[in-house]
This record gives sequence, C-alpha cells and structure tokens, in this order.
Amino acid sequence: MLSTLKEQIALGSAEEYLSSLFEKIDKSRLNAFTTLDKERALSKAREFDKKPWHGRLAGVPVAIKECISTEGIQTTCSSRILKGYVPPYDACVVERLKADGAIVMGKTNMDEFAMGTSTENSAWGPTRNPWDLDAVPGGSSGGSAAAVAGGEAPCALGSDTGGSVRCPASFCGIVGLKPTYGLISRFGLIAYANSLEQIGPLTTTVEDTAILMEIIAGHDWRDSTSTPQENVSYLPDLKNGVKGLKVGVPKEYFGEGVDEDVKKAVWDAISVLEDLGVTRTEVSLPHTKYALPAYYIIAMSEASSNLARFDGLRYGLRIGEDKDWHTTFSEIRAAGFGPEVKRRILLGTYALSAGYYGRYYLKALKVRTLIKNDFLAALRGVDFLVGPTMPQPAFKIGEKVNDPLTMYMADVFTVPINLAGVPAISVPCGFAGKLPIGLQIMGRHFDEGTVLRAAQAFEEATPYHKKTPEVA
Amino acid sequence: MITREDVEHISWLACVKVEDTEKDELVDQFNSILDYFQQLDELDVEGVEPTYRVIDLINIFRDDSNLKSLAQEDALANAPKRENGFFKSPRIV
Repeated sequence: MLSTLKEQIALGSAEEYLSSLFEKIDKSRLNAFTTLDKERALSKAREFDKKPWHGRLAGVPVAIKECISTEGIQTTCSSRILKGYVPPYDACVVERLKADGAIVMGKTNMDEFAMGTSTENSAWGPTRNPWDLDAVPGGSSGGSAAAVAGGEAPCALGSDTGGSVRCPASFCGIVGLKPTYGLISRFGLIAYANSLEQIGPLTTTVEDTAILMEIIAGHDWRDSTSTPQENVSYLPDLKNGVKGLKVGVPKEYFGEGVDEDVKKAVWDAISVLEDLGVTRTEVSLPHTKYALPAYYIIAMSEASSNLARFDGLRYGLRIGEDKDWHTTFSEIRAAGFGPEVKRRILLGTYALSAGYYGRYYLKALKVRTLIKNDFLAALRGVDFLVGPTMPQPAFKIGEKVNDPLTMYMADVFTVPINLAGVPAISVPCGFAGKLPIGLQIMGRHFDEGTVLRAAQAFEEATPYHKKTPEVA
Repeated sequence: MITREDVEHISWLACVKVEDTEKDELVDQFNSILDYFQQLDELDVEGVEPTYRVIDLINIFRDDSNLKSLAQEDALANAPKRENGFFKSPRIV
C-alpha cells in the first residue's frame, strides 16, 4: 500500500528501500525491467533521506513502461529500431509523478511498440509471470505488471491500447486501470494507435490506483485530445461502498471460448457484489464479436501511419552505407522492426491503401460507432458493468506467439472498451490452479469514481489481492 | 486474396523491405487475418456515422506565442548522422 510505504520510507530510508528493490531485480528471473536508472535514482533517494520533500509519493519509487518518455533514461518501446534512444524530455505523466515526489527507478519490458498480449515480442526477450515462470505475464505492459506482482516495484505505469494494462493485471493478479480516453495526457507516450490508447496505473490495491490516478489525470495543453478537467478526485468517495448501485452483466461476455474457471470466478464475484447490496441485471452488448476485427483494422491502420516516423534519421537505428532514400529507409525499417510490428504496419498500410479504405478502415470506424452505442445503451440503465478481463488465465510462453490470429482472439473482452473509450479496471477475483483471474469492471465515460468504488468494495470483501506469488 | 505481388506492393508503400523468404508466410498470414476481418461484412452499416475519436473536442488552440523548446544540441543528440547542426539524410536525388 503506497500510503503505508510512504510513511515507512519517511521514517526509515528511501535509499535502503530502493537498494533492496534493485538487489531483488538483479537476482530476478522475471526480466520485468529493461533499463534501471540505478545511479540517478539512488542519488535522488539519498537526497531525500538527507532532506525529505513533500508530495503524495514523496520518496516512493515508480516503474515506467518502456514506451513512456523519461528524460535521460533509454526508452526503446522494446524495439531494436529505438535501441539507444534517450528522450530529451519527460512525458506529462512522468513530470506529474516527479512533481508529487516520486523517484523513477527504471523502465519496464513490453511487447514491441505495445503490439501484443504476452510481452514475448520484445527485443529485450520475454518477461515471465511471477506466478508461473513458464507462463506469460500478459501484455503489452507485461514488465510493469510482473514487476509490481513480483514485488520489484511498488507501483508502475503502463499503457492500454486494446487491453495492455488490464490483460497483464489480470494475468499477474494485480489491479490495472484503463482510464476514459482523454483523461490522461498522452504527451510523451510513443504512439501506437492514438485514438485508442491511454496511460494507466498498475498497482497491488485499488486505493493505490486511485492515488496514481489523482496524480496523473487532468488537462494538458500539449495533448490536443486531453479533455479540460482539473483536479479529479477519487479518494474521498472510494470507501462509500456499492449499496444501492446497479450492475449490468453483459451476456456476450460468458460465451464460447471462456474458460470454466474464469466463468466461475466471475460469477462468484458477481455474487459478492450482490451480497454487498448491488442489484444485478443482464444486459446485452450485441456487437461484441465485431469488436476484435474492428479494433485490429483501426489499430493497424493508425500504427502504419504513426510508425512511419521511425526511419533512422532523427533517432534510432541507422545501418549500412546510405543508398537512395527509399532503399535506405526500407532496409533500416526491415532490420529494426520485429515480425509482429512489421505485420501490423503492412496490414495497416494495406487497409488504408487506394481501393481498400472504405472496405476496411471506414467500415471499422462505423462498427466502432455501433460498439460505442452498445456501451452507452447498456450503461443507461445501470451504474457499471462486470465481466471477465481475459477469457483464459495466462498461457504458456511460446504457446501462441507463432499464430497471430489466435493471439489476437485473447483480446476479445478488452478491445471493445478502447473502441468505446470508457474506463475499465481489472481486479483479482480468484485463481485457476496457481494462475490469477481478473474481474473487469467497466463504467461510463469519466465515471472512474464509480468504477474505483465498486473495485474497492469488491477488494475489501475478498482475499485475492493479499496473495503474493512464491516464485518471484 | 492477397498474392505475393500484393505483399511486394504493400512493402513498397510501407517502406519496409520484405525478403523473398518471408513472402509466402506473410501471404498466408495476411489471408487468414483478412478473412477474419471479412466478418464485418455481415453488418449493415448503411447510414452509420464513423467514430474517429470517442470524445469530441473541436479546434483546440493555444496562444500564438514563443514557448520553451529543445536546444539544438538536445534535439540532435539522438541522431545517428548529423552535419553542421542538421540531421543528415540519404541522398534524395
């Protein structure tokens, strides 16, 4: 818990605590981190011990996903094409964490350019799941989730384009929130699919997520999609309980392909909420099955345009002797991008190319409208929705990595939320054998307050968040 | 159906070189993924407006004034090739 940790650090030593984390990481087999900023972080901690400063995260270390810019710390998006890139500035969220006293300890592993569900597609090698070293931690923010679940960082930031915060939170048994689109500044987040993605916290408790949200949310003029909100506040109402609220259970979220253990854990969770005074109704999100193809068409199209900037000119990989413009860049990009990133750039280019725009991209955007309307309609009669975060618990490393389509299918319940832009949190709700299961709580646009309150009430009533992995 | 020629054309458009040895696998993968995308054709989207952005914000402006920007050295620090304070590109003509 961050509030307790902050007190302990203030009474004890920031340097000692941080050193203990670095020692643990050095011995770890998780491969959660890509770069540790040991020297600067430890010197900052010593500075704090000498002359403590104020702030909601005073002296508390944080881990940052590899695609969020950090001034002076290598930021590669886990891609060969950005090896060696050191951002000259901080992302808005990093500025805000630092301004509230936090110490950035290092960067965490991810699927290359956030394209993946397993953190296997990384130039830094795969990250492992702390509950089972042979299983994936989920993705794409797998390093952030594994670090927090494995006790290597007290909290972390990830980014969520189609489930990349919630999936690893679910697979690693921790809390992860995808905020409403526009609530968090994307300034300094290296873009993959900018109409879908948001930065979000990964923590061990709901309260910690609320704390991080209060710090990082709010308007930033440098992101033109940032909404004009100031001083969001979640903590005062967090523990008000859920008595009298209405929950909707989307029937499409329990169909074919959902693991039996997952179904049971989620239904048990719904019973817990009912015992807490929530009224349950069945709702329908009729276009759910079309969310995956619509999401992938939109994400790949945006990616093909966003990733055009990686050409070895201003930063990143530059190989061989310069030839003509097109050949040079084509060769650099072929050598720098991994197979999944190439696949998505090529497919996105195809979807946007002459003659196919209407058939794929424009059609997907229209389907997006139907999916958004599904959520608006379902949330008209209820306060929040619940369902599984992932259809299955974590799969084995290597199991799906050579079959892109099967890997995409795992995102079936997370991508609709990004298409609709609504907030959703994943909280631990049980186990399948030794692997954690996540409950997904979804809410109305900008109603993080209700989502967090429901998550908090569920957490207080259940023991799952208290269990920690033994293997880490 | 995507063909080897299509893959070559897309590779040129995307500015990502594809080796001859990769092409057959990409053809197969693209066809199975695009086949999966086809299920959107089941839906009637006649008259449905596209959603480009979920939260509508229109015309976001700021004052037209000088703000702090990166120093030239910092902006060039990550460039693999530079010359006289510029990024150095391959020849264009």
